[in-house]
Amino acid sequence: MIMRYIPHTSQDVEEMLKVIGSNSPMSIDDLFAPIPKEFRLKKPLSLPSSLSEMELKAHIESFAAQNKAHEYVSFLGAGCYRHFIPTLVNYLGSQGGFLTAYTPYQPEISQGTLQTIFEFQTMVANLSGMECVNASMYDGATSLAEACLMAKRLTPDRTKILVAQNIHPDYREVCKTYLDTQDVELISIPYDSKTGLINLKHLKENIDSQCLAILVQSPNFFGMIEELESIKHLLRHSGSLFIVVVTEPLSLALLKSPGNSGADMVVGELQSFGNSPSFGGPHVGFFATRLAYVRAMPGRIVGQTVDKNGKSAYTLTLTTREQHIRREKATSNICTNQALLATRTTVYLSTLGEQGLKKLAKWNHSLANQLCERLKGTAKLRFDSPFFNEMVLETQKPLDPIEKRLLEQKILGGVRLEKYYPELKNCLLVCTTELNNEEQIQKLCEAF
Amino acid sequence: MKLIFEKSSQNRSSFDFPEFEEKNSIPQKFLRNPFESLGLPELSELEVIRHYIGSSNKNFNIEKGLYPLGSCTMKYNPKINEDMAALHGFAHLHPYAPQHLVQGALALMVEIEQWLCELTGMKAVTLTPAAGAQGEFTGLKLIRAYMKDKGLKKTKILIPDSAHGTNPASTALCGYDVVKVPSNSLGILDPKTIEEILDDEVAAIMITNPNTLGLFEENIGHIAKLLHTKEAFVYCDGANFNALMGQAKVADMGIDLLQFNLHKTFSTPHGGGVPGAGPVGVVEKLVPYLPIPRVIKEKDTYQLKFNFPKTIGRVKGFYGNFGVLVRAYTYMRALGGDGLTKASQMAVLNANYIKKRLKNTYDLPYNDRPCMHEVIFSDKKQLKRGIKTLDIAKRLMDYGFHPPTIYFPLIVQGSLMIEPTETESKEEVDRFCDAMIAIAKESEENPELVKNAPYTTAVLRVDEVKAARNLILKYQKK
Repeated sequence: MIMRYIPHTSQDVEEMLKVIGSNSPMSIDDLFAPIPKEFRLKKPLSLPSSLSEMELKAHIESFAAQNKAHEYVSFLGAGCYRHFIPTLVNYLGSQGGFLTAYTPYQPEISQGTLQTIFEFQTMVANLSGMECVNASMYDGATSLAEACLMAKRLTPDRTKILVAQNIHPDYREVCKTYLDTQDVELISIPYDSKTGLINLKHLKENIDSQCLAILVQSPNFFGMIEELESIKHLLRHSGSLFIVVVTEPLSLALLKSPGNSGADMVVGELQSFGNSPSFGGPHVGFFATRLAYVRAMPGRIVGQTVDKNGKSAYTLTLTTREQHIRREKATSNICTNQALLATRTTVYLSTLGEQGLKKLAKWNHSLANQLCERLKGTAKLRFDSPFFNEMVLETQKPLDPIEKRLLEQKILGGVRLEKYYPELKNCLLVCTTELNNEEQIQKLCEAF
Repeated sequence: MKLIFEKSSQNRSSFDFPEFEEKNSIPQKFLRNPFESLGLPELSELEVIRHYIGSSNKNFNIEKGLYPLGSCTMKYNPKINEDMAALHGFAHLHPYAPQHLVQGALALMVEIEQWLCELTGMKAVTLTPAAGAQGEFTGLKLIRAYMKDKGLKKTKILIPDSAHGTNPASTALCGYDVVKVPSNSLGILDPKTIEEILDDEVAAIMITNPNTLGLFEENIGHIAKLLHTKEAFVYCDGANFNALMGQAKVADMGIDLLQFNLHKTFSTPHGGGVPGAGPVGVVEKLVPYLPIPRVIKEKDTYQLKFNFPKTIGRVKGFYGNFGVLVRAYTYMRALGGDGLTKASQMAVLNANYIKKRLKNTYDLPYNDRPCMHEVIFSDKKQLKRGIKTLDIAKRLMDYGFHPPTIYFPLIVQGSLMIEPTETESKEEVDRFCDAMIAIAKESEENPELVKNAPYTTAVLRVDEVKAARNLILKYQKK
């Protein structure tokens, strides 16, 4: 068996065993002597044997070939967005220096990663309107959960977190999983059935001295833009933290930033910036907050400093918050993050740049408006609030035959909302990005 | 080197667009001030390329040389993994596409689960956790759910003093108390010590096997029995799984659950801090509590299922790091059962070879016990000349190597944890040992040289105190 990833020939093995055994005979088996005999496997693993690269490629490609969804026209969004990925992102993201390096614990030989993450932190801080950003989280859902944990650390005596019901269902479920061992009650704030926005009256009624944070998504799961300043106004004397979550970060290029609207923490998902949908992961979460709270922030942070000769350098900093130092008192258990995807995001934002990102956001929004204009009588907007590139369409007729018709034309028309919100029957969450065109939009509208 | 913002020039661009008809329906009050900068740079394509190639070149990486970070398993990241993960039939899949259109993805997930079960003897594996630490958190939640379901009052988790920091951190996150278990003089856990602290309130022990000293926990069988008599679980941190493939199955040792680190053992790329994946394998009694969704094969179709009444719920958005699973599965199929077995054998061979070559030069804290896939030395001998582990690590960079893991585990003073992995040749391993021996000689004859290393890197030793005291966490134009 020739193993292209394992260099050892039988001669290498023989020589090395001789050295280890000080010239007395020794076998590979002897190296495993510390494992008690009763646990040593008596027969080989019941697994297929190795494959040559040709056979391997064919085998894995056969799995990919069984998938058809990527060949369809898609209007699916809901927290995972299809955007064009510029060639530069794949090229630069696959450089060995970024791909095969590890955590930059040794700054002298990791300046590439450290500087790139510093650039990432800068770009995300600017887009979100916040003072400091960490080196990334697993995904948007866990970044929201970690924001809740951080909020609890900052105000440990309070016990309530108000959660907008129109936040992505996965995100709310992950918060539940992470918070159920903490002394925190998650209270759901319903949405207004006309606007699709968080019900401000309900929110106001629930804000009290026990309230440690309010979680709001904007644009929300229905694609509607929340009135962040109005919400901030309600919170202004409460001492509660205002946490805004963003699942479509392209919206940040067009809309007033959550930071400028008064958010204390802005978290969410950056998958749209240079990373494929990839059937739900890996994606890349971000975490931004005020400088005053930085010592309570989870995750890695890169800071600027100098080296022995006064040359500008970057290094991981404030590491005493982290698990390898504080262990059970750490701000989080997070160790690895999503650095490669954060690198791709940085390259993406550098490639699109100042003008490009603004224009792309406008283009996405324009297509969404085009869709609205083309809607025929049998489908209309369910909520009457401003949107970015996603909206909820309600049909008069049942969705099953409409979906069937669309599938026959190889169109994925949207995400059905009934399973998440039973009251939203015949409702479809539809997203338009620069990968959709006029013709596709026309076909979608004709199907209703 | 300048930041990308400092290379920016107004109106340069790397991206252009087809024409489109602009339509706006957002009221002014929600819009950004159009004259407000997004704070993004403006460069042409070639400028962007030069900047990031420049950055990439400053990183030591596996393609440059040996990266012996103990406990990280820095093995070769096969290029074909990247190509496979990038196939449109994987990369372009939206998680909410109808299930009948993503059968290939679901089938792959079931396959990888089966391989992980065969490697360990576990009954089922959840693929949802995004990293090892999240896998640990998931495992602890499973234990918690089981205990609650059975009406057992448990408050403590036993954790060895040599454990990785994520173990107690995950434990605290799960609302359990940490009870530290000291390792014995041989560097492994002693059943007697455990018997002394074991009581009815212990929910589980979190071990790493082989442990963070690179030693196999020889008493694991006995320890597992002790925990089981108290209706407690044995959790295994699978970070060091690279030593065990095809040699032993963790289920046979009495381990009830473990998390894998796909970005370690299964070659998915480390990416400067990953993305990873931390699947968790469990024995039968924990299956009902597994997180959702799970992928189930029914007759000839694969389905994502959510209806498990006793589940701990979701730990992550969507279904897990599918793109990482593709890479890991590609690796597993490339090696096959025979290859994975050989990988563990050669990993252990390389580590023992390094141990033999360096044992007379560096202090072995655990007196020459056979090690598994990694070996620990300390700086005890070099301290006599004022040279510490940090200095040795920095000097290694001048020799063209990434340093080993340093100052971990905490129970060894001045620890140097070396894990070569199986993808390093005898020549590269010899080069590394030669460098280590040369540095030891320098420590004797010219300690100042070692103390002030490195000299040949992009930057020299950095001022970490200044970084923390004078926080600069983003670029700001003067």
